[in-house]
Amino acid sequence: MGKDIREDIAWAQINKDVLKSLESPRRMYWVILFIAIAMIGVAVGSEIYQYTTGMGVSNKNNSHVWGLYIATFIFWIGMSHSGTLLSAILHLMHADWRKPIYRFAEAMTTFSLMTAGLFVLVHLGRLWQVYYVMPYPNERWVWPNFQSPLVWDMFAIATYLSSSVLFLYVGMIPDLAICRDNIHAGWRKKLYTVMSLGWEGTDRQWRNFRITYLTIACFLIPLAVSVHSIVASDFAMSNMPGWHVTSFPPYFVAGALYSGCAAIITLFIILRYVFRFEEYMTLPIMKKLVRLTFAIAMVWTYLNLIEFASVWYGHDQTAKDQLIFKATGPYAPFFWAMIFFGSILPLMLAFKRFQTHLPILFVVSILLNVGMWLERWMIIAPSFAHGHYPWTWDHDQWPSLVQWGIVFGSFGWFTLLFMVFCKVFPSVSMYEVKEMVYHRSLALKHKPAVKGEY
Amino acid sequence: MSITNLLENWSDFRQQHPSDDRPHREYKWAMSIDLDSCTGCNACSVACYAENNLPVVGKEKFAHGHSHHWIRIERYWDNDGREFADQGAQFLPMLCQHCESAPCETVCPVGATNHTADGLNSQVYNRCVGSRYCNANCPYKVRYFNWYNYPTIDNVWPEPMNQQLNPDVTVRSKGVMEKCTFCVQRLTVAKSDARTKGRSVLDGEVQTACQQVCPTGAISFGNLVDPEAKVGKQWMKQQVDLNKDKQAKDAAEEAVKLRGYRILEELRTYPSVMYLEQLRESAI
Repeated sequence: MGKDIREDIAWAQINKDVLKSLESPRRMYWVILFIAIAMIGVAVGSEIYQYTTGMGVSNKNNSHVWGLYIATFIFWIGMSHSGTLLSAILHLMHADWRKPIYRFAEAMTTFSLMTAGLFVLVHLGRLWQVYYVMPYPNERWVWPNFQSPLVWDMFAIATYLSSSVLFLYVGMIPDLAICRDNIHAGWRKKLYTVMSLGWEGTDRQWRNFRITYLTIACFLIPLAVSVHSIVASDFAMSNMPGWHVTSFPPYFVAGALYSGCAAIITLFIILRYVFRFEEYMTLPIMKKLVRLTFAIAMVWTYLNLIEFASVWYGHDQTAKDQLIFKATGPYAPFFWAMIFFGSILPLMLAFKRFQTHLPILFVVSILLNVGMWLERWMIIAPSFAHGHYPWTWDHDQWPSLVQWGIVFGSFGWFTLLFMVFCKVFPSVSMYEVKEMVYHRSLALKHKPAVKGEY
Repeated sequence: MSITNLLENWSDFRQQHPSDDRPHREYKWAMSIDLDSCTGCNACSVACYAENNLPVVGKEKFAHGHSHHWIRIERYWDNDGREFADQGAQFLPMLCQHCESAPCETVCPVGATNHTADGLNSQVYNRCVGSRYCNANCPYKVRYFNWYNYPTIDNVWPEPMNQQLNPDVTVRSKGVMEKCTFCVQRLTVAKSDARTKGRSVLDGEVQTACQQVCPTGAISFGNLVDPEAKVGKQWMKQQVDLNKDKQAKDAAEEAVKLRGYRILEELRTYPSVMYLEQLRESAI
């Protein structure tokens, strides 16, 4: 196995390479940006149509009141988890290889949360009244219903979003100072000057920085776990057969980490190409990432089996019928596609030859996320099609183009935010890569004659 | 509730029912529907449309499942081995069950659906933000969402039909959830009339729209607290207890001809609507 990073890259070279990403990406960057904006256009058009005409145009109905919006909402919330995994958990575990890739993973966290938040608005029947969900002082003393998992959701997501923005920003301060020192004019200079908060790299600043960063990392880990557990309780707390499952929170968290890791692989490959980061986002790092994804995929598969088993051996006959309905009814193709993409396809990642084959990994990682999106949809749609009450059973519902358009556009929105971020802020952590190079050269100095892997 | 108490009385706590702590003192509105008398004529549904300003959404939207029948007649078929086709038709009028422990109430993020002191499950249209979680959690699926803006954009009541709208009932706009209210506008009037006379509402003084039009008198509605009320007598006779999740009918032996049951009781929703089972040939 090769090295995670070359130990002979000069520090100045690191600065140069990363700063270059702020200026001259490949032409592919602009193509991606243009496609993203076009996709947002589709979503905005659909939303305007839905807003003015009514929720009915999304082709949901009285027994299928939730649809793709909620499914995609869970998908984006889930996507946000791996940033925290890479930056906070692996930071505490001193896993060095995360350093060149955690910055963009964290940005992914923030932007996918921002995308997920939009789905809450799109889903609401009266989105102009969304502030009712927030506890704000009012003369009538009317509060939100604190029993409702949706209110917990609101708190959890708001907390997670603000903390992960803070974490992303704090971790970026030394790098912003580097940007400030290397750019001499224009709006960028002003931006970096303000955002680097007067960072000079003194010992005291570094000490405070380390402590702050570690504290936020520790704070963020339980938060990440709780956020998706709370999203899972939207379902687990209800009495709908197929949702009323105790193992839902860990199942959702595993699914979240899974889709997030797959998304990191996709973005890794895109960034590596678009910003010419071959020196930093190296194949050995990809290999570790792929192994991590494989492990999480297997955890997810296991929890998925547990979910089926607890329904199957439970005494709720309706839930059992619903499981059979999922696997054999009109949703069967999607159900089995989910099993294939989520549990069978990742087995490929166990083979060494695929672990560093970027074109294959690119396709596979996207397909894994298709599988995870299908999983969320399979939680929502078939449950409404086969609930407790037989009246709902013969109602077939297929999402309209409005729903598909908004879901489609959300990917554009995420891509736009992400690509703009990578162009404005350093998407590889310069100071941590330097640390990595430094530690590695120290290690080599002390152990000059190590054979084999290192 | 202290932790020791909680641990010692865990099973009691699990079984505890909301109205054990706060029993209904004056009113507990309840209904009973005799499925043996129901002919499936849909008059109740029509009356409900007229009384509660329900939009008639038209064929196309109905087919999409956007209808607003607060009380709907469901058809079930039991034709096996019958001499004539459709002889085994059975009808079930389904409306909001006004559960004492309503699953919809706990999940509403803004508290738009609440329990009233007289045992109704109320819906506050002004407060509703349209998350539709209540419908998702309603096992009976009796909540109806305003998918379109019927009064204005869709123009469900063109001139002069808007003149027939009931002035006592709000015309709902798009994006809010609605459902059967047990004709709360009539209940409020009856209660306030009775209060001015210094007494409670007497049985028969107030009728729901569906009850009023039912040609066979299958629907009875009244105050369960009132010992003279027909509903209370029916519930008593059928040994249906509001606060139990299993009724005597399930436990009784074949010889005892009890017909009263409540739908999906095992979910511990404690519905306020009792159904009287249809009598079969074999049972008579």
